[in-house]
Order: sequence, then structure tokens, then C-alpha cells
Amino acid sequence: MKLVRSGLSWVYVLLIFGFILMPVVSLVVFSFQATNLPVPPFTGPSLRWYEALFADSRMIEALRNSIVVGVVSGFFSTALGFLAAYGLARYRPRGARAIRAIVMTPLGVSYLVIGFGLSVTANELALGRSLVLVTLGHIIINLPLAFAIVLSQMRDEDENLEKAARDLGAGEWTVITRVAIPVLLPGIMAAFLLSFTLSWDEFIIAFFLADFDVTLPIEIWSQLRTGLDAKTNAAGTLVFAISLVALTLAYVLNRAVSQRSRRL
Amino acid sequence: MNGAELNVVDVVKQYPDHRALDGVSLTVEAGSYTVILGPSGSGKTTLLAILGGFAEPSSGHIEVDGQDVTTLTPAQRPTTTVFQDYALFPHMTVGQNVGFGLEMKKVGKKARVERVREVLEMVGLGHTANRHIAELSGGQRQRIALARALIVEPRVLLLDEPLGALDLKLRRQMQDELTRIHRSVGTTFVHVTHDQEESMSLADNIVVLRDGRIEDMGSPERLYLDPATAFSAKFMGDSNVVSGTVRSDGTSADTPWGVVALPGSSSAGTPVTLSIRPEHLVEGSSGAGNLGEWEVMEAHFLGQKHRLIVRRGEHELLVSLPQSSNVRQGDSIVLGVDAHMAKLVKGDPS
Repeated sequence: MKLVRSGLSWVYVLLIFGFILMPVVSLVVFSFQATNLPVPPFTGPSLRWYEALFADSRMIEALRNSIVVGVVSGFFSTALGFLAAYGLARYRPRGARAIRAIVMTPLGVSYLVIGFGLSVTANELALGRSLVLVTLGHIIINLPLAFAIVLSQMRDEDENLEKAARDLGAGEWTVITRVAIPVLLPGIMAAFLLSFTLSWDEFIIAFFLADFDVTLPIEIWSQLRTGLDAKTNAAGTLVFAISLVALTLAYVLNRAVSQRSRRL
Repeated sequence: MNGAELNVVDVVKQYPDHRALDGVSLTVEAGSYTVILGPSGSGKTTLLAILGGFAEPSSGHIEVDGQDVTTLTPAQRPTTTVFQDYALFPHMTVGQNVGFGLEMKKVGKKARVERVREVLEMVGLGHTANRHIAELSGGQRQRIALARALIVEPRVLLLDEPLGALDLKLRRQMQDELTRIHRSVGTTFVHVTHDQEESMSLADNIVVLRDGRIEDMGSPERLYLDPATAFSAKFMGDSNVVSGTVRSDGTSADTPWGVVALPGSSSAGTPVTLSIRPEHLVEGSSGAGNLGEWEVMEAHFLGQKHRLIVRRGEHELLVSLPQSSNVRQGDSIVLGVDAHMAKLVKGDPS
């Protein structure tokens, strides 16, 4: 009976993971397809679609745009998130709870609303749609995340480090750059990588706000509309691989942080 | 470097819900080792934070060598603080930690490295400059924290429970080390602790703090042998405290324990509170007081002495008898008081 039950739970687990991972697996597998259509049977392995991908100047352009938008929006959400977290944790201003709630708000608003809202606002201000707007949108959605990650790593005990630095003659800028940021660096890097990842494969906001220059998800989507071939699989696999690397790094860094708190 | 004189003048620290310091005034002699002793909640850490510039007094002021420093930032003051948790920078090496203060003063790298080496050698850790903080033991971290604070040559070094995180044996070692370092640098040390033994073995001067007020201050000998208040008597080691009334002879008092000789003379009928250390109670009735017969409830041999708890009716006394005594639990003994060793204190016995 026990054996049956544990057998059944294994089947259940396998089904769940199968359901979640099947699309990803088929995406990756058929990106190595040797023939035109990314449908069974598998005819590869072949790298011809990757070759085609890197020969496609619009894809490469979109790839570059995605990286720039991801890095720039990741940088700003992390920087702003850090400053907000640092200010709240160290200076404990009046209304800290309210400020915290406001910073976290975008997390509860759908991307559709944020993208649409920004698009309307940009229209009213007579600003054209552009990658700058996309970047702005990504900063808005990632700020609360970066803020929450950095805040969770800020420990009250670390305040003494900053006091000690001030006592020894460090100004506020030095305190932040030489003590606060290095101590929080793993958390800050994790926040940056997660922000980058979320920007990297974000579709809705980019769709609302981008003009002729588009990000990779938009380019993949528009190519999918014109015809199905395994090149989009190759592009999707690339997106997936880069996300995976960034998330793994973020995870490793977060673990380093918790190990530090245990050690010291 | 020379230690500075520190003056605390009528300092009050009022928080919304309580008063942490209630009119504290004291003078710390230049170059002395002064310990601020008090139970948790006595305001000792608040006082240290105000001395270091990390907190502002609600009223009153702080002077270093006569100069008012109350409104100066921590960096502008000739004081440096050693934090209870050491507050060493975890991402820097030992050398970078210790050299931080000089780096902030724009001291060149070469001179800095040289000075770091000197200070590290002074605390006995000359070989550790390239190590990371995580590789060091608690006692080593303590010394690095000292080195980092001393390298900027403060006129007053402030230490917040510096030995609190160390185990007993290491604490004893570090006490000796602190005394040695204090002598060799000559800076004024102000050390906060709740540990009475630690305060006695380190201090030239002890300030006993209670509920934000100074209860007593003076040399360890004076504080122990002639405490000012009942609280101070009990906090600085064990003591038996009782209230009584001065007898018509003016030199002894009636107490629930018996007749006890007073250290001086007082006018008859005055209510008094007396403190008698356990080691000043003796077996047999002496000229200085006869406390009559007591039953021994507990007797422990502690090596150097016997520690007894004796009782008569509702009264209990702590007694310390010499090694040679052979009193056992259940015995009855007659107790007397050493001449002049019952001390008049302020405050209630409890």
C-alpha cells in the first residue's frame, strides 16, 4: 500500500514537471532540427537554424536592443531599489510603512495596465514610442523586486559597520561606496540579475511602448506571425539560455549572502 | 599620545517613553581607565553613545579637555568607539580594516602600511594583516577592533561591552591585554560593562549607573569597601544589607539581626541602613557586634573560603568563612561583625 502510494506520488510529480517542462524541452530540441518545420519527427541535430539566426540582422538588432534595455533598466531599478531600501532601513523616516507600500505597488499592477498607462502618458506628452520608454517601463516593474531583495539583505547589525566608518572619518559617500554597497554586493548583484532576466523576456510592456526598434521577444513574435520555422526555436532557446545563466548566478549570489550571515 | 580629560555635565537623555539618562555628571581623569558599570537598562550604553557622538543628549553637554564637543560628529571628536560586535568590515582584510582610519585621513599608502604593522604588533597580531576577518577567532577580532580604533590616536577610547561576546577564559586573558594596551598607549579608556568582576580588575575608577543616575563612583577599593548605597553594595559583589536605629550610645545600632557597631558616631534614634560583606561576618561574638546564634542552611566549600547561608526566623545572611572553618550544614553558629566593617549606606535594604 505504502509502495503504491509512493509510486503514485512519483507519477504525479513526473506529470507536473512534464507539463511544465515539455514546452521548453520541445522548444530547445527542435531548435536543433535539420529540416524546416519544428515538428516531430526530430531530424537533427543541426546548427543550421542558429546560423540562420545570427545571419538575420533584424534578430541580431533585437538581441542587442534587449541586452541594452535589460542592462540599463536592471541598473536603474537596482540603484533606485538600493537607495530606497538603504534610506528606509537606516534613516527610518516617518511613514516608512507607507513609503514601502508605495514602492511595492507596481508589483500588484498588471503589465498591461503599466504598459498601456505609459503609452497613453507618452502620447499626451507628445513623446514617441521608443526603447527609452520600454526601459522606463521595465524600471517600473523591476524596482519593487530589486527593492525587496536588497531590503531583505539589510541587517540592523550592519549599521554598526557604517557607524564605525563614520567614527573613523568617512563621509556619507564613502560610507555608501566603501561599506554599505560592498557588504550588500551579493544581494545587489542578485537584484540586478533578476531585474535583467525579467526585462530580458518581458513582452507586454515592450509591445506597447516599442516603435520600430524592438526587443527580442517582440521580434520573435512578429517572425512567428509571418511563418513557422525552427529559427524562432533557436531564438527562443537563446532567450531561455541567457535567462537560465542569469537566474543561476542570482541564486548562487543569494546563497553566498546567507552563508555570510551565518559565518559572521 | 596623551589621554584627555572627559567631563560629562548634567546630561539628560529623554526618549518618548522613558528617560535613559537623568542628570549624569562626572569627570573622567586624563589617561585613566574608567569603567561605567550598570545592569541592563541603566543607561550605560546610551551614555557611551553620547560620549562617542552617536546620540545627542536632550540637555547637558560633554567636554573633552575643557572643549565642548556636544555638537560635534563622531569623526570630529577626539574619541573612537570599539563596538560590542566589533563592527569589522567583512569585505576587507585585517590590514585594510586597521588602516581605514588613516586612509580617511589621506595618509599615504606607505606610511599607512608601516603604521598598520606597528599597531597590529602592539595587539599581538602582527602576522594577520593579509587575512580576512572571517578567518579570525572572536578574541582576535576583538584585538583587531582595538587596533583599528587606536590607529587614529584617539584621546579617549570608548569601549562598549568589549568582552561580552567572549568566553570566560578568553575574557580573563583580554582583561590583562586591555590593561597592558592601556598602559602602553596612555589614552583615556572608558569601558562600559555589566560585569562587576571585569570592572574591578580593569578600572582605576568605577562609575555605577542605575536607572539613568549615578549611584556611586570612585576607586574599586572604595566602592567595594565603603559603598555609597545599598544598590551599589549589592551590585559590586555580595552584601548583607539591613536597616536599624542608632542606639542611645550613638556608636551602635539596633537591627533585626542584633546589635551592630557603627563605623562612626551618629545621633541616637536616627534610622540607618547598614551593609556588611559576607567576609566581614565572623564566627563567635566580637567586640564590634553580636548577632547571636544562626542556623546554617547551606554550606559550600569554594577552595579559598566557605560560603554559607544562615537563617534565623525570617532573616537570612550570606557568610564567608575562612578555609580553616569546619562548619557544616545544620550546625548552629554564633556570628559577630569585624570592627568598622558594617558600613552606612543610603537607600533601602531591598
